[in-house]
Amino acid sequence: MTHLFSTDHRTIGRQYLTLALIAVITGTLLSLLMRTHLVWPSWKLPLHGSILPEDYLSLVTLHGTIMLFFVLTTAPQSGFGNLILPSQIGAQHMAFPRLNAFSFWLTALAFAVLLSSPFVYEGAAISGWTAYPPLSAIPSAGPGQGLGMDLWLASIAIFSIASTINSINTLVTIIRLRCKGMTWDRLPLTVWGWFTAALLSVLAFSVLLAALLLLFCDRHAGTAFFIPPGDQVSGVIHAAGHPGNGSPLLWLHLFWFFGHPEVYIAILPGMGLTSMVLANFSRRPVVAYRLMIATTLAIGVLGILLWGHHMFVAGLNPFASTAFSITTLVIALPASAKVLSWIATIWRSRPHYTTAMLFSLGFVSLFITGGLSGPILAQPILDEYLHNTFFVVAHFHLIMAMAGVFSLFAATYYWFPLISRGRLLSERLGRWHFWLTLYGAYNTFFPMHFTGLAGEPRHYAQLTQIPNAAGHLLAATLPLNLHITTSAFILAASQLIFLVNLVRSFRHGEATPANPWQATTLEWYPCFNLPTEPLMAHRPPCQYIVTASGDESFLPQWIEDASVDIKSIKRE
Amino acid sequence: MHPALSIALLPTDASAHGRALDQHLLLNLWIIAALATLAHLILLIGLFAKRNATPRHLWAIEYLPLALLATLFATLGIRAERLWAATRYTGASHEAMQVEATGLQFAWYFRYPGPDATFGITRPQLADASTGNPVGIDPTDPHSTDDIVASELVLPVNREVDLALRAQDVIHGFAVPELRLKQNAIPGETIHIHFTPTAPGTYAILCTQLCGLGHYRMSANLRVLPPEDFQAWLKKKQEAAHQ
Ligand SMILES: [Cu+2]
Ligand SMILES: [Cu+2]
Repeated sequence: MTHLFSTDHRTIGRQYLTLALIAVITGTLLSLLMRTHLVWPSWKLPLHGSILPEDYLSLVTLHGTIMLFFVLTTAPQSGFGNLILPSQIGAQHMAFPRLNAFSFWLTALAFAVLLSSPFVYEGAAISGWTAYPPLSAIPSAGPGQGLGMDLWLASIAIFSIASTINSINTLVTIIRLRCKGMTWDRLPLTVWGWFTAALLSVLAFSVLLAALLLLFCDRHAGTAFFIPPGDQVSGVIHAAGHPGNGSPLLWLHLFWFFGHPEVYIAILPGMGLTSMVLANFSRRPVVAYRLMIATTLAIGVLGILLWGHHMFVAGLNPFASTAFSITTLVIALPASAKVLSWIATIWRSRPHYTTAMLFSLGFVSLFITGGLSGPILAQPILDEYLHNTFFVVAHFHLIMAMAGVFSLFAATYYWFPLISRGRLLSERLGRWHFWLTLYGAYNTFFPMHFTGLAGEPRHYAQLTQIPNAAGHLLAATLPLNLHITTSAFILAASQLIFLVNLVRSFRHGEATPANPWQATTLEWYPCFNLPTEPLMAHRPPCQYIVTASGDESFLPQWIEDASVDIKSIKRE
Repeated sequence: MHPALSIALLPTDASAHGRALDQHLLLNLWIIAALATLAHLILLIGLFAKRNATPRHLWAIEYLPLALLATLFATLGIRAERLWAATRYTGASHEAMQVEATGLQFAWYFRYPGPDATFGITRPQLADASTGNPVGIDPTDPHSTDDIVASELVLPVNREVDLALRAQDVIHGFAVPELRLKQNAIPGETIHIHFTPTAPGTYAILCTQLCGLGHYRMSANLRVLPPEDFQAWLKKKQEAAHQ
């Protein structure tokens, strides 16, 4: 019991990661159901029967909500953040350990509330993870808009509170608990990622929480923040008795003010980790370290200034679209600066191809491929064609979902000895896992660009048996969709290798010396328990020396004297 | 752009502004395909080329490529904004044909103002598809008597259309891929878009904003007709409405 409700940040980190693992398995299975239904619409789900349109939409909604909140936000920010961040800055614990445990249990509660929603009468919410009103504001607007929608709102509201608490904890920890010598420009880039993501979280989740409360009031308290006068749903005029003069556009502004920073919250820690892992296994310092800090912060600042690019065709003033188009194109520059630094860091370096390194290289590849369609979607005239098509689905699955997941895999392979107290994941299984995942990721999500260009819209429960010219247009995408579905199964099946690797390695994994990767940051201080004496940072991270004869040595942040024999540290 | 370069990605284009949009889109696609290939090539060369410890100059690997990318994105952005401004900054011309599209769960209805060229007033409380008045036209308004409501959008070729977009219940997305058109219909607002169909044919009107369980089947046909056929269709519709 004491262990379950532990206030130890490493235990809480493991609890968050366990939650994220359960979430990612759930979310993946839901996506497989969607993909199966899309290409074999008559297939019957055992114990359930045919997948009805409302079932499909609740799958979409649950999949998006679970993956975004409980995987891509929870795992990097709360999971690895708790597990690694304190030791990486030389702290013994998080700033507020009890609050930390509280925010984990709130997150778990949020997940439980969300998972209960498919089992209520009228089913889980079907409005997508963006929950646009008035559909989501009027309980009688169709299936999924009743109690299921309330549970969705409650779940995300609880999650927002948990995430805000966790982010405040992270910020205070980084600001107050850095060890001696850990100056801001010696902070590992992962810490900069967590720091910026936490800043964004505090800003963005508070706005989301406010929006959720307003929506809840619209549903149950007779307000009309998002419902215009005279709105008529299935013959009933809503907000008739309310003096309100609301607009759904208000929700879009509030939601995307949260929603866009959210994707950076998900990816910034991964960007930081990629820099560190690439430097580590290339035995090189990160190229342009200070510029990487600057671009992380720049992405954070710009990240809250471009929510309007989700609204080019939503009824926003076209002049405003131009302004949001510019801020969106501008953010491509710090993102490109990061890619350039990654390439420069590994450039002609004779890298060590560990699984963590492979997944970081995969991250760079997916980040490039998925990221480059960002500037396309940033142009309103092109968004006019591509908005809400599978082109957008391809874009964000490659850059956010897949790159995000690749950084999580890199983190898992890299930090596994710190999770398992001294065991390594199998590198042989890791390599199989990496290559199959890379193959699956590209084959699943890259062809979506083409079905999108061909006109396939998102959120369509069916592509066949559709009347009118629309049926003809959509039928053209079926062969590619079959390929996408098959690849999705390969992608999902490859993850079984990872699960086997995880389970096996926890007990039987190769025991490793304290710093197997020759890492330079403080979490690798050579002892698996927290160091008893206070640590001190003596230099920036990623200090490596490679002599002309090819001898490599490294200078960890914790070593005071640069003349210390590096090899003796390795064997400790 | 050379037609051979415009690989069969997009549905055929049937609108006046679509050609420029397609060219700009394909230009963008080719540029990002080239950039992605280049970046991956550099990545692979960097991984496999022999080790070299020569010092790297920050301006050559960071600032110079960044400046080039900034120029590239600025150029593409300006080009795109000119096209966007041309279609969206100003409204339709005075000669444009007036049509109204209303989205409701899960159908599109289209209204023509009739000979008086003015739409009658609509009232939400009157909207009822079962009485044949799905968009809620107020029959006491004299402008409404000649209004025509159809469940397909029929337009004459080569005439500019001023489309007033409305939604009755929830947000819907009015999209005609073959006319390179997309605009959400927002309840409580009337949003105008304008365009000119340039090729006769039958095209798909989709709903591209998640609007409930029938979202996927909320489609309609757009029929673009030669002007004389369109006049004949309109006349038939008017006669049917006044019997
Ligand atoms: Cu619709
Ligand atoms: Cu719809």
